[in-house]
Amino acid sequence: MTFIAKPKVTHPALPHNARGLTRRAYEGALSTLCAGCGHDSVTAAIVEACWHLALEPQNLVKLSGIGCSSKTTAYFVSGAHGFNAVHGRMPSIATGANAANRHLNYIGISGDGDTLSIGLGQFCHAIRRNVDMLYIIENNGVYGLTKGQFSASADIGSRAKKGETNRQPPIDPVLLALDLGAPFVARSFSGDKHQLVPLIEAGLNYRGFALIDVLSPCVTFNDHEGSTKSYAYAREHYDPVALTDFVPREQPITVDYPPGEARELALHDGSRIVLRKVGADYDPTDRVAAQAAVRAGSASGEYLTGLIFIQDEATHPDFHRLNATAQEPLNGLPFEQLSPGAAQLERILARFR
Amino acid sequence: MDATDTSHPDYYHRVVDCQWACPAHTDVPEYIRLIAQGRFTDAYLLNRQSNVFPGILGRVCDRPCEPACRRGRVESKPVAICRLKRVAADHREDIAARLPPVPRLKNGKRIACIGAGCASLTVANDLLPLGYAVTIFEQYDQPGGLMRSNIPAFRLPAAVLDEEIGMILGMGVELRLGERIESLRRLLETGGFDAVFVGSGAPKGKELSLPGRDEAAANVHIGISWLESVAFGHVDRIGERVLIIGVGNTAMDCCRTSLRLGARSVRVIARKPRGFFKASPWELEDAEEEDVEILVNRSPRDFVLEHGRLAGMRFDCMEYELDARGRIVAERRTGEQFLPADDVILAIGQENAFPWIERDIGIEFDKWNVPVVDARTFQSTRPGVFFGGDAAFGPKNIIWAVEHGHQAAISIHRHCQGESLTERLAPGVSLQSRKMGMHEWAYANDYAPIERRLVPHVSLRERFKKLNIEVELGFSAEQAAAEAQRCLNCDVQTVFSAKLCIECDACIDICPVDCLTLAPNGPQDELRARLKAPAQNLAQPLFVSAALPQTGRVMVKDEDLCVHCGLCAERCPTAAWDMQKSTIHWPHAEDEARALEARQPKIA
Repeated sequence: MTFIAKPKVTHPALPHNARGLTRRAYEGALSTLCAGCGHDSVTAAIVEACWHLALEPQNLVKLSGIGCSSKTTAYFVSGAHGFNAVHGRMPSIATGANAANRHLNYIGISGDGDTLSIGLGQFCHAIRRNVDMLYIIENNGVYGLTKGQFSASADIGSRAKKGETNRQPPIDPVLLALDLGAPFVARSFSGDKHQLVPLIEAGLNYRGFALIDVLSPCVTFNDHEGSTKSYAYAREHYDPVALTDFVPREQPITVDYPPGEARELALHDGSRIVLRKVGADYDPTDRVAAQAAVRAGSASGEYLTGLIFIQDEATHPDFHRLNATAQEPLNGLPFEQLSPGAAQLERILARFR
Repeated sequence: MDATDTSHPDYYHRVVDCQWACPAHTDVPEYIRLIAQGRFTDAYLLNRQSNVFPGILGRVCDRPCEPACRRGRVESKPVAICRLKRVAADHREDIAARLPPVPRLKNGKRIACIGAGCASLTVANDLLPLGYAVTIFEQYDQPGGLMRSNIPAFRLPAAVLDEEIGMILGMGVELRLGERIESLRRLLETGGFDAVFVGSGAPKGKELSLPGRDEAAANVHIGISWLESVAFGHVDRIGERVLIIGVGNTAMDCCRTSLRLGARSVRVIARKPRGFFKASPWELEDAEEEDVEILVNRSPRDFVLEHGRLAGMRFDCMEYELDARGRIVAERRTGEQFLPADDVILAIGQENAFPWIERDIGIEFDKWNVPVVDARTFQSTRPGVFFGGDAAFGPKNIIWAVEHGHQAAISIHRHCQGESLTERLAPGVSLQSRKMGMHEWAYANDYAPIERRLVPHVSLRERFKKLNIEVELGFSAEQAAAEAQRCLNCDVQTVFSAKLCIECDACIDICPVDCLTLAPNGPQDELRARLKAPAQNLAQPLFVSAALPQTGRVMVKDEDLCVHCGLCAERCPTAAWDMQKSTIHWPHAEDEARALEARQPKIA
């Protein structure tokens, strides 16, 4: 960590977004994570994405649980709403908040422990409910805050810093999410902002549950030889399936793609995701094929990254459609509507007698 | 791009913009740090090593360092470097005991310096400690040259001049005042000197030959001669309405001096628009503060006389057409204007004049009648005769003259020792880490968001009462301490070792001014286009690392706006970045002497 706050001085020619703000306006408090932590890079990617989308800070909700990863919500967009939930319980809070106000942008930050151990049940049901949020797992394979025990995402054969070898099979959040019917599943790496930033932008704009599993090395407890989640290992076993670009609403695509090389997916708000092929044919709209590819990748020790699966928003009803939540945020509804009154309650109760 | 060779002494030197811009390469950040610590005497001595006259230069230096200062690019105003230098001079203790010792036993070589200005004095300052006997010939009865005769006392008090010149004279100069050299041949043939240094300045003011000039001669003055007459007490008044022709620093001194000698209305006349003024912005500011009016776009036409006496001047009113880069592409005369005046001062430049150098003694002159001088060794075409200061390459300023003196001293030393003049010592750089602990750095690395302090001035009511009331009061110790915090410590370098980098992006994310980029290598122009924030200053070279171990990409740093906060090093998990203080070794005569001595076989 650093003890000196990042000075407010900026490059005088920093670009401004549609709201006239520079990237610096989307920063947060001083990070207390270890120097070189992957999570800080994920934070920087979120800052970049929020700036590029020109989000209004007050329209963003940051949610997290417990762990190194969950500290990071403090480190971006100071002006946003925030909620630090109980360990593993962030999805419940996100669900409740979503129900209360569907017009905000929800971003949940969690770790492999918070999501895949103590919070696994919550994670699964948030996917089933298709809560309208971006869910980022900062996945490093260890419990960093408790000094480096294997987490549920540690690979078989992966060695801890002190030498012991993990022999329990990992839970792969990407496979799990695909199994559970998540409509937007991506994997990325904290060391590749070119890939990560557009994915965050796409995930924030996607209507429904968007998961990005970010390989985010623990520089202190899991960046050694024998680790399968170190910077070096991630770079050696990195296999992007497609290059993703995110094009915000009302913005023309400025890059020319050769025909057949790119594929466009329109989102509900008019923004678009452009997928550019790399290497062999890969169809990110085919769930079964995606599952097979991820499985094949992990069998050969490769990290399949990029937007692995995406489903048309229209074909997969999100939390609001499933539950007919109110259009108007609850805090904007008149009291009479929020509280139907004693007579109405009596009528409802009578149905159960 | 090829990986940057940071072992080349110029690389880190260039990062220290102020030191790179200073002709004498004064170690600015280090002396500012000493001032911040209250070590004024040490700061003064560090200054003295390179610029010899910190008290004088702290007042009247042309300060090429300040426009170069990085703070001026990060914010709007540079650090008040020059004024901090004065603080070191104002607050220092007695340094007599810390001046370089002069050996009692001389080396038998005798050096003549012509003119007791800053260049000659620097030569004496550098050579006396090496055992040389130095004689300075000065035409006037006071040493100082143009520093004394042309810079008014309200900018540079005589006491300051006397003290700093005295330090050098006190080292044992044989000063021959009132001795004007009329023939260089005679000096060379009969003086018995091993080398001669010509530091006689550029003492001739340029003339404006227009109709009426000769008839109005009594009230038309040449700027530098007039200032000289004022300085030596020969002139003590001027007419009520004064016109100054020209808008350089001499013009500023003339107009402000006129105000102190009884002028009521002083107008400075410029031929071209403001962007073309030669005067330094701060000198213009100081003059305008005193209500001097500056009229632009007026080209002198003739002097107008009434009853045989100067009545004023006539000017052509001009109009200029500028191109996109601000250059004049066309000019038009739009009319004429008469401006009444009791006196006119011509301040349109000055030139060298060498009527006392015979043209047949082996010193070659060029087509402008200026001696041919080697830009590196300062030797003329006659071995053993050296030039420096304004005498060498025309009017510059004190700090240039000082550096000429240093370089000429090296040449004179090598000449006297029978060594080649061109094989002089090369500059060097040494680096030393400033890391003290996990999060401790041996320098103040926190960015101080303080605006430039203003130097207090004597009130307009008080300052005109006497000719020699110094207008600038100088910073107090407290103001200096605040101003010193504005220095960005550019000499504490970000030193990168590619083999340690794991490309975690920590430094990229934390850099407040976005000067770092991790990217695949490419040609310079193309690479500049891919930086995290635009590289605006193309004069600042990029730092490009060797290929990084994990991906083969390179670390690129645009040095232009780095505030040296050290966060990259603080955030680096592998210490691939380190903050290291660079010390630029700019050789002086004493270094040459030490190097030559080291080469001599030791006698056991």
